[in-house]
Amino acid sequence: MGATLEIRNLHVSINGTPILKGVNLTINQGETHALMGPNGSGKSTLAYALMGHPAYTVDAGQVIFDGEEVLELEADERSRLGLFLAFQYPVAVPGVSVANFLRSAINARRKSQNPEDQGISIPQFRKLLTQKMDLLGIDHKFAGRYLNEGFSGGEKKRNEILQLATLEPRVAILDETDSGLDIDALRIVADGVNKLKGPDLGILVITHYKRMLDYLQPQHIHLMMDGRIVESGGPELAEEVELAGYKPFFEKHGVEATEE
Amino acid sequence: MTTTTVSRRAKREIVAPPFQWSAILERAEAAGEPDWIIELRQQAWAIYESMPMPNQRDEAWRRTDYSHINWNSAGHYAIPNGATVEHIPAENRAPLIGDEQGGLIAWVDGKLVHRELNEKITKQGVIFTDLHTAIREHGDLVKKHLFQKALKASEGKFAALHAAAWTHGLFIYVPRNVVVELPLHSIFYSEQTGATLGHVLIVLEEGAQATILHEYLSPEGDNHTSYIGGTELLVGRAANLRYVSLQSWGHNMYEFSHGRGHVSRDGQLDWIVGSMGSKLTKSFMQISLDEQGAWGRMSGMFFADGTQLLDHDTYQTHSAPHTTSDLLFKAALKDEAHSVWRGNIRVMPGAIKTDGFQANRNMLMSDTARADSIPGLEIEADDVRCTHAATVGQMEEEYIFYLMTRGVPRIEAERLFLNGYFWDVLERIPFEDVQNRLLADVDRKLLGMHTAKNK
Repeated sequence: MGATLEIRNLHVSINGTPILKGVNLTINQGETHALMGPNGSGKSTLAYALMGHPAYTVDAGQVIFDGEEVLELEADERSRLGLFLAFQYPVAVPGVSVANFLRSAINARRKSQNPEDQGISIPQFRKLLTQKMDLLGIDHKFAGRYLNEGFSGGEKKRNEILQLATLEPRVAILDETDSGLDIDALRIVADGVNKLKGPDLGILVITHYKRMLDYLQPQHIHLMMDGRIVESGGPELAEEVELAGYKPFFEKHGVEATEE
Repeated sequence: MTTTTVSRRAKREIVAPPFQWSAILERAEAAGEPDWIIELRQQAWAIYESMPMPNQRDEAWRRTDYSHINWNSAGHYAIPNGATVEHIPAENRAPLIGDEQGGLIAWVDGKLVHRELNEKITKQGVIFTDLHTAIREHGDLVKKHLFQKALKASEGKFAALHAAAWTHGLFIYVPRNVVVELPLHSIFYSEQTGATLGHVLIVLEEGAQATILHEYLSPEGDNHTSYIGGTELLVGRAANLRYVSLQSWGHNMYEFSHGRGHVSRDGQLDWIVGSMGSKLTKSFMQISLDEQGAWGRMSGMFFADGTQLLDHDTYQTHSAPHTTSDLLFKAALKDEAHSVWRGNIRVMPGAIKTDGFQANRNMLMSDTARADSIPGLEIEADDVRCTHAATVGQMEEEYIFYLMTRGVPRIEAERLFLNGYFWDVLERIPFEDVQNRLLADVDRKLLGMHTAKNK
């Protein structure tokens, strides 16, 4: 049986302002979920809070992953437990190459399992990275470039997916991985994610746009408004949002309309 | 009732080090120095005596309080104690590329302890020796360059003291059109308490080419020690010098130094400095682009911790048209460390079509660390392009968080980030082993912070 990420009544604030007001969500390894909702509804806050960003304060609630209390862990421990966040705006880290960074990340995993571990050998790592780059159709030169430095929007997102492919998490959150991409770039990124889908990977894709969902075909759709998940359903929910926008949902759930 | 005004920081009186002309002369005579050297010393001593000790009312010293130096220990000549080259850490003596190096020369406490030069380079006519030997064997060459064009005693109190009282020196001479394929390596090591005053004089004739690594080292100690240095780099027409100078003094060292590079027509000087050590460093560095087509670059990496103060004054002087200068200085500061960079691009009248750039980046890793960054332009010619950029920032949590979300523990994320921060300077050092050595130094300093925090 796969691992489960269970979010129970999660309340999160930033600088004293409550953003998440009781989120409940369960994602099983192997499932693909989509989280939709207007700007400011708290989608990215959920992503950051799940990953342990220090600026986000958890006021109440629980997050359990594979039986472990996630909220007590540092970001690196959450990662090693099998959680992954593909950032909406990944930062550029000059002087640190993609390959060097991924090797450090892999070695940190090995070392946490076995403190005596000497790290992955360079040839073994090169083989692994090459295989992942080939799977995603990424130019091998990518490995030597500095992390996100001078990357186009599409390259940044592909780099996030390459990290996802290499680190093989059990549940991955894709925070607006489709934002800022033209249709061709979006297809490349979505194709990459589709190649990684399978019984070992749970996905929570955060998006405004249905076109990303057309590629990824999530079974579960959740609608977030004002810090809560107000509706959950199947693909038909995404169709409804596409057709009517968020307005009817604001009215239905008595939520003050934010920008769409 | 009386009111007392208390100045926020009581300033100590700045006292001069206890050097005496009689002792300088005695040493010079004991070393058998020729009259013309003694005259140079005496002229410099007269200039030294005519100048006051610099203090914080002088613009160049405004941010640098060195009044806490104990000249009782730091102001007397260090006495060599029979140490051999083996006293210098092996990793610093290791060959620079694979198992080869062009030459290695080393001093301990101002005394020459080792000199070897690859036979092929010897046959090329390259001189690679200590300054006293050079004065004896190549007097005319030394006379032509020592304290002539580049470094002058009149530049400042410590420049004058250096020129009067210098203890030892490196002399490298590369004849016309000679390309030195293997790097040359030189080490000034200080083990005894006291003062050493080392000089570096490097002359590349027209079309010559060389890569040189010079290291300053001392172990940690309790007593204040000083290094009062001077560096002269003379790059001839179409010559090419890459000069890497690394400083890893113990935290009891006070360094006061002046360095000057001059570049002739179409010559190139690539000058890289790395400073990790010392209690206090006050360093003046200048590249002068004397003739058309000259190119000069200064790169620096500095990582200070504890209460270290690293202060660099740089000048990029364009004296001729179509000259190019570039500066990149990067500092990281933790604990209560303080860095100062004051940089000037000077374009002299007539030096049209010049291109000058300077960038200074500072990263503060604690709330009590401080960086002063003061760029400056003095432009007296038309049709030039000069730009500068200076930043002081924190080690941003956003970056560390991003790296941590991939499973890398915080300390490892900070290490990666810091190594990346320094990389654009480090990659200008053409020796992988030396790069790794510097990265290891960075790691050690970084880890020091975490041990202190956990105490």
